[in-house]
Amino acid sequence: MKTDHTRLRVALAALVALALALGIAACGGSSDSSGEEGQGSGAIVSNPENGKVSLTIGSKNFPEQEILGEIYAQALKAAGYKVKSALNLGSETVALKAVKTNQISGYPEYASTALTSFFGLEPEEVPSDATEAWEKANEEFEKEGLTAFEPTPFASANAVGTTTATAKKYGLKTISDLEGVSEKLSLYGSPECRERIDCLAGLEKLYGLKFKSFTPVDISLRYNVLEKGQADLSILFTTDPQLAAESNKFVILEDDKHVFPAGNVIFVTKKSTAEKAGPDYEKTILQVQEGLNLKVMQELDARVELEKQTPKEAAAAYLKSAGYTS
Amino acid sequence: MIPFHPVFASFSGAIEFIFTPQASNVTGGKTVGGFSQSMELLLTQLEVTAIAVAIALVIALPLGLYLGHRGIGELLAIGLGNAGRAIPELAVIALVASLIGVGLLTVAPALAILGIPPILTNAYVGVREVDRSAVDAARGMGMGELEIIRRVELPLAIPTVMSGIRGATIAIVATATIAPLAGVTTLGDYIINENVYGQNGVLAGAILVALLAVTLEGLLALLQWRLTSDGLKLQTA
Repeated sequence: MKTDHTRLRVALAALVALALALGIAACGGSSDSSGEEGQGSGAIVSNPENGKVSLTIGSKNFPEQEILGEIYAQALKAAGYKVKSALNLGSETVALKAVKTNQISGYPEYASTALTSFFGLEPEEVPSDATEAWEKANEEFEKEGLTAFEPTPFASANAVGTTTATAKKYGLKTISDLEGVSEKLSLYGSPECRERIDCLAGLEKLYGLKFKSFTPVDISLRYNVLEKGQADLSILFTTDPQLAAESNKFVILEDDKHVFPAGNVIFVTKKSTAEKAGPDYEKTILQVQEGLNLKVMQELDARVELEKQTPKEAAAAYLKSAGYTS
Repeated sequence: MIPFHPVFASFSGAIEFIFTPQASNVTGGKTVGGFSQSMELLLTQLEVTAIAVAIALVIALPLGLYLGHRGIGELLAIGLGNAGRAIPELAVIALVASLIGVGLLTVAPALAILGIPPILTNAYVGVREVDRSAVDAARGMGMGELEIIRRVELPLAIPTVMSGIRGATIAIVATATIAPLAGVTTLGDYIINENVYGQNGVLAGAILVALLAVTLEGLLALLQWRLTSDGLKLQTA
């Protein structure tokens, strides 16, 4: 039993390392024509000019955000900036306010979240195209003296997840399949999920579903409650490494009515901050996020959530193996 | 004229939030807050507080009184009591939630851990401070040990014991705001979900928790006054 478990972990770790290497090699090739070996090709060049600029990189307080925050912070440090980080902001409202009041220089935000949470769009109004969503969000940000850099390759969305056993028992493939059975099922999600239109409120309104109960939990417990059998359904993220690593255990239901808009990550900062920091600020951020496709992001999430590395270690490993830092 | 800090400006907004449902950015038109939701959250906060205080009392009060009466276990009563105050409650709740599960039945015991140190320490100290001659007199009158605790030591120690219970209650009711992270929707829901409820909601939650804490403190102070024997009141007055 125990050896099985250990073997699984070792296999998983190997898989993660392999996929990370592959994913990064693949994107390294496309981003830079000359560099095949990675070393030095896309490396970040330290500019002594930047030493005069202090930046504080923020992020919200869950692993994917912390990893992104670390990647940006470490990359900017490599570019010569003085960098501090504040990777524990509780919500996008707090994060945005921190940007506006210069407590942080900028932070990564999902374009979909920006559009629904900051600019009042209904989930179905969020463009599915990454560039279109970014442009739409940026237009609004510009009005407030802010700017958002181009989006990452990967997108993340919330999703209704369950165990394969539950899915089989009730024949669930899409969220619409919950019709008629949701009254028997309990749903767990983050505390704010209850009232959000891109969460429980949307499931009730757009799908017309009623659940047996909704229980708020910290998002770090989203798989725990399924494993413990407390939750029949739980709100998960599409970038969750558990979905790939334990695909025989967990599944997500297809969002056939688009309550959960997918969002690519855009880096939000103040225009004045961007000007003061010089061209390397935007350049560095865009450079290091080029390699962040869904696969790579999932593997980075896996390092932190399954392998228990710190976001700092995962980010450093990513930057190094992609040849951005040495 | 000194410009008002935004906090004061939104104070009236927060009061309004408590009584009248408000619009929210992220709910797709559904209103949030208002009197019925506020009361529902407040009652849940009260419920989880009451259960947690009860658990702490059942565990710590008899133990503290017994140890104080026997004059033993000072290290336990004082040392553990002090160390217990240093436990980060958020970590305890996170641990309990991931080990056992979420919901009222795990959050309440986790919160009770906060209440045990002050009740234990104060019960112990309160009993130790009781005049030994009173205890000897009671023993001389033929009282049993249990009777001495119940009829002599506890009544004389009431002010100290009660102040421990008051401290425990305040700590628990204030900390119950983090319960929404583990499946119990208390007033903390307003406070941790600024995305949904806005700044007014956050402040409304804080105001309600503060009012609840002050009210509980007042009621317990009243109870303490009623429980304290008249002789002691004269002495302290």
